[in-house]
Order: sequence, then structure tokens, then C-alpha cells
Amino acid sequence: MAKAATATMQAGDSEPTSLGAALADAATAAVIALLLAMPILAYRSVEQAVSLGMEARWGAIAIGVAAVFAGRLAINLLGPRLSGPVGELFAALKSAIVRVFHAIGGWRTVLGMLLMLAMAASGAGKLSTPRWFDLLLIVPLAIGVWRRSPAWLFLGLALFFPFAPGASRYWIENFGILVLIYVMLGWGLNVVVGLAGLLDLGYVAFYAVGAYSYALLAQTFGLSFWICLPLAGILAALWGVLLGFPVLRLRGDYLAIVTLAFGEIIRVVLINWQSLTGGPNGISGIPRPTLFGLEFKADGGFADYFGLEHTSLHRIIFLYYIILVLALVTNWVTVRLRRLPVGRAWEAMREDEIACRSLGINITNTKLTAFSIGAMFGGFAGAFFATKQGFISPESFTFWESAIILAIVVLGGMGSQVGVAVAALVMIGGTELFRELEIYRMLVFGVAMVAVMVWRPRGVVSGRVPTIALKETRRIGGDLVKEGHG
Amino acid sequence: MTRPLLSLRGVETFYGKVQALRGVDLDVRAGEIATIIGANGAGKTTLMMTICGTPRARHGQIEFDGQDITRLATHRIMHLRIAHSPEGRRIFPRMTVLENLQMGALLNPERDQTFDSDLKRAFELFPILERRQGQRGGTLSGGEQQMLAIARALMGRPKLLLLDEPSLGLAPLIVRQIFEVIRELNAREGLTVFLVEQNAYHALRLAHRGYVMVNGKITLSGTGAELLAREEIRAAYLEGGRH
Ligand SMILES: Nc1ncnc2c1ncn2[C@@H]1O[C@H](COP(=O)(O)OP(=O)(O)OP(=O)(O)O)[C@@H](O)[C@H]1O
Ligand SMILES: [Mg+2]
Repeated sequence: MAKAATATMQAGDSEPTSLGAALADAATAAVIALLLAMPILAYRSVEQAVSLGMEARWGAIAIGVAAVFAGRLAINLLGPRLSGPVGELFAALKSAIVRVFHAIGGWRTVLGMLLMLAMAASGAGKLSTPRWFDLLLIVPLAIGVWRRSPAWLFLGLALFFPFAPGASRYWIENFGILVLIYVMLGWGLNVVVGLAGLLDLGYVAFYAVGAYSYALLAQTFGLSFWICLPLAGILAALWGVLLGFPVLRLRGDYLAIVTLAFGEIIRVVLINWQSLTGGPNGISGIPRPTLFGLEFKADGGFADYFGLEHTSLHRIIFLYYIILVLALVTNWVTVRLRRLPVGRAWEAMREDEIACRSLGINITNTKLTAFSIGAMFGGFAGAFFATKQGFISPESFTFWESAIILAIVVLGGMGSQVGVAVAALVMIGGTELFRELEIYRMLVFGVAMVAVMVWRPRGVVSGRVPTIALKETRRIGGDLVKEGHG
Repeated sequence: MTRPLLSLRGVETFYGKVQALRGVDLDVRAGEIATIIGANGAGKTTLMMTICGTPRARHGQIEFDGQDITRLATHRIMHLRIAHSPEGRRIFPRMTVLENLQMGALLNPERDQTFDSDLKRAFELFPILERRQGQRGGTLSGGEQQMLAIARALMGRPKLLLLDEPSLGLAPLIVRQIFEVIRELNAREGLTVFLVEQNAYHALRLAHRGYVMVNGKITLSGTGAELLAREEIRAAYLEGGRH
């Protein structure tokens, strides 16, 4: 009896990963997908000579269902319950990659190899014209090797991006600048949601405040971008405090609802206050930023001053570096603040408000500083957005934006700077890459989100970097965390 | 007799309409260990929290170090150097042991000068914490978390240490160890401790002065030894509580 029971139990244990069961499960998923796809995908309205007609699209459904079947099968075979021959292969592959990585000496060697490659490529370029900007990649890589830190690789790539082979105006503007705006917004919201643990669904309001502040200040008083930028940040921070006061006593769901409403209120005000904001028509002709007074125009501008041939690319590259610097400043300030009492209080408040009180932390101030500093970064990003577009309208500041920024923070791992940057790159960069797929890119987007939540439920980078460690024990602490003890 | 460091007069606290404290009078003198024992729901935690200002006393007066703190904001009360180790430990789970200790030091305005020596002292009192300093608070065992909670409270160099059930859910050996640390801190550094305990036997043996709370009122008080000797205390709080 007992033996039989164990036998069935073992069978039961291994069953979900056996090929037959995996196929059956995938088939079920495919049937569900078929049912769901019928009303959504089956017919498409097409314009005919006189009326709207329908066009059946059985092919699209077939592709969709097949994709679901294959995906589900892959999850079943490779997913969390790794076993069977495919699972073993997968695990072996993974451990082999890890072992190779360690064998070649970790990040230092990887970065070193990349450094040599970059130098070789740069040397080849020198034969024709001296490419001094190759240093933008080479110097950070060298620092990365020296400090054994992969973050420098990202910095190098970001600095070098506008000069990378194949980087066209389209790519810099629609990929580089856009991704960096969202990296910055993600880092800004990360202060509020990731560090302080205050769920804010209306972050776009501060983005809007920043954008309109710049546009109005620049147009009414003729102030330059560089004077308006801090003003826009300060105004947004003030709005952050204004939002902070009424929600001081709210937490979780209630806070989320009120912040959501706040975001909508700002947008509705922007639409209806015609005389100031131009209503739904928005504001156009917003001045462009200058480089120490040099404008980016054909005669007497940047190009003339440096004896270059004028191209509109200069302005785009300039904008790219402005947002890169703004994002880096955001990151730097956040990392610094985390080590100061105010930043530590944010994180402590996220963990346990009662404990914070009993340690003498002023919860009111802690919440207000989190809201206002997060809002300030949003305001900077908004001012940049306005100057980059030259035109803003309430349409750019819908709830959808808040949702995307929040998704970036959550997927990035709630509080991790690197995680937020990676999430912004994947989500914003990814949707740009898939632009040809039109509306289906939202599908890709959704699938990517589900994938992250299945495999990394706490975000891309879930580990929290401690802000203090005694020198001699630093490594032990790190190791423990990696092994899962910490 | 020295002037009390902490004194409560006629303190009444309400949760909405429910009255949790019904006129509490008590004194904690500088340099002594005072304890309060009582059944579940008697109002001991409420008393601790009322001293810290959340919830606020509706009637009565609380004085600390000669200053009326009844209406003071919570963070200001704590900055008068009261350290509170709340019920249920409440350490910061995602922060490392070291970071938790650092948070405790925020109460101390001279922390920049004293942090290193205070840290050393904390590690002397609880050597296990030194070995675990890079580990996240939430992954410590219950006993380790309790030690961390006490160590964190001590990092602020308090004049008064409020401890709410430090023995909660701990093995007898660990309980004895923690009580030993409290005794040592009091004897060596003259730290004033106000202790809430379910473990009445240990608490009364340790304390210079004990209070018994029933239904939000202090019904009995006396030295620890006096209370331990009383028949009604033995019957109500010590059956099976002795080990
Ligand atoms: N936030 C609250 N809201 C409403 N009632 C509360 C609240 N906190 C405590 N109470 C009530 O106040 C009374 C005293 O609770 P308290 O937590 O002070 O008891 P305690 O003596 O600490 O008990 P224990 O030994 O179980 O910890 C209880 O009847 C409890 O139900
Ligand atoms: Mg209690």
C-alpha cells in the first residue's frame, strides 16, 4: 500500500513536465487563445468603394494560436519546474555560461576585451579621419575595467551612442532621446515609489507642470532654457508638496486613487484654462536651447562658430547630451541622497512606518521631501520634453504616461537604479524597435511584462544595494546575498 | 528619592470610543528598571505608544526629564532621547543589519563621532549581529531580529529605553540572554529601562519596580520582589510562567 502510494506520488510529481502533459496543456492554451482571438482578430474592416467591408484574416489567427501554443510549450518545458531532457539541457547551458564567465575572470576581463575591441575599431577609423569621440566609449570602458563595474559599460555606450556607426538622426531622436527621457522619469518616480514606497499614479502631472512651466516662462518672459530649467524643477517640486499635504495620512490603494485623480485634474485644468495654456491646441513655437548662447541655426550659429558645415543633426545630438546629463544628475543625486539621513528615512518608511516613528523620524517631512524631489526630476524632464518638441499639448500627459513610467519602476525592481534604466531601455526602446508591428507592439509589450513577472517577480534587478558596509566584511555580505541567504 | 525621569498622571487613551487606558499613574526613576505586566489586551502596548505620542493621551499628563511631552510631536518626543523597541520587533526587513543599526543612530546628534564606538558596543552585546552585519534584517531568525531591535534602539544613546515584549516567541535560553543584557546595561551604564513583559517571572526578578495593569488601569505596584511574593500575582501571572 505504502509503496504504491509513493509510486503514484512520484508519478504525480514528474507529470507536469512530461512531454505529453506539456503538449496537452499547450493545446488547452491554444484553444483558449483561439476563442479569444475570434472576436478580436478574425475580421478587419476595410474601406471599399462605397461602404465598409469585412476582410477575414484566418492567417493572423493561425499565427497567433501557433505562437501561444509554442510559447506555452516552451514555458512548460523550460519554465520554473526544470526537469526532463530539455530542462537538463537548459540548466547545463546556463551553468556553462556562468562558468565561462567566471573562468575568463568576470566583469574586468569582459570589459577589458570590449575595451581592446573599441580601441582597435577606433584605430582603424584614424586612417581616414581622427575620431576623437571614440574616447567617449574608450574612457568609460577603461574606468569600468579599473573599477570592475559593468555600469561604466552602459555609460560608455550612452555617451558614444550619437557617434556609433549607423546612428542616424532618426535613431538618436526616436530611440536615444526617448529612452533617456523615460530613464529620467523612471529614476524620478523611483524616488517616490521605489525608495519611499508611496504608490503614485499621477506622476505625469509633474512632467506636465515642468513642460508648461518652461513653455510659458520662455514665451512670456523670453527667458532662456537654462534659466527656466531650474525654475520648472522648483515649480514642479512645489506642486509635489501641494499634492503631498492632503495625502500625508493615506497609504497604498487610497494614495494611488488620490494621486491618479491629481494627475487627471492637472490635465483637465490644462485643457480648460484656455487663456493661459492654449487649451487643447497646446503651445507651439517653444524656444530651443542654446549652447552658451550659440543657437543651432544655419547662419551665425553653432556650426559657423566652430567652422563646421551646418546640419540639423547638431541640434539633435545636443539635445541627446542634455537629457543624458539630466538623467545622470538625477541618478547621482538619488544615489547620494540614499546615503544621507533623508534618503535612508525614505527607505525605512517604505519598510515600516511605525518603526520609523519610534526612531524619531519625522514622517511628514520624509513624505513631503520624497514627493517634492521626485516631482522636481519630473519637472526637469518635462522642461526638456517641451524644448525638444517645440510644441506641447495636454494630449502628451495622459494617464497612459503615468502607467508606463510606473511599469518601468516596477519592472526595474522598485528601487534599483540599474533596473529602472534597463526596464526603460527594454520597454521604450523595445516598443520603438517594434514600431513596424503597429498596434501589435502593445501585444509584445504585454507579453514582455508577463514574462518578467513570471521569471523575475520582483523586477529585473531585485537585489537592493546596501548603502553602508564595513570594509573588511563587504565581500562576505555581498556573497551571502548572492547565495540567497540575504 | 530622585526625581522620576518619566512620570504619567491620570493618562487616558482612546481608540475611537473604546477606552484603552483609564487613568494611569506611574513613575520611572532614572537608573532603574521598571516593568509593567498584565494580561493580553490590558493596554500595555497602548501605554508605551501613548508615551511616544501615537496615539495621543486624551486626558492626563506625561512628563519626561522635567518636560511636559503630552502634546509634543512623536519625532520630537523621540529626539528627547527616548528609544522605543516596539512590539513585534519591527526591524527593516530589506535593509542589512548594519543599515538597521545606522537607522537607530539617527536619534543621536553626535552620531558622526560616536557611531563607530556605539557599533562596537552593540556587537559586544550581541556578537551574532557582527557576523550577520551584511545580511538582510528580514532573513534573520526571530531571536536575532529581537537582538537587532534592541541593539538598534541602543544606537541612539537613549536616556530611556522602552522595550515592548522583548521575549516574544523566543526560546528560554535566548530570553535569559536578552534579559542578562538588559541587566548589564542598567548596572554598567545606568540605563533607565521601561519594560513590558508577558514573562512576568523574569520581568519581576529583573526589575527594581513593577506595575500590574488590568483593563487599562494600574492595580498594583511595588518592588519586583514584593510583587513576586504576592499570592494574587503568583496565581494570575506565574502559573507555568516559571522557568
Ligand atoms: N489600533 C487600535 N484600534 C482599536 N483598538 C485597539 C487598537 N490597538 C489596541 N486596541 C485595543 O486596546 C486594548 C489594549 O491593547 P494593547 O495592545 O495595549 O494590549 P496589550 O496589553 O499590549 O496586550 P498584549 O499583551 O496582547 O500585547 C485592546 O483591547 C485592543 O483591542
Ligand atoms: Mg502588547
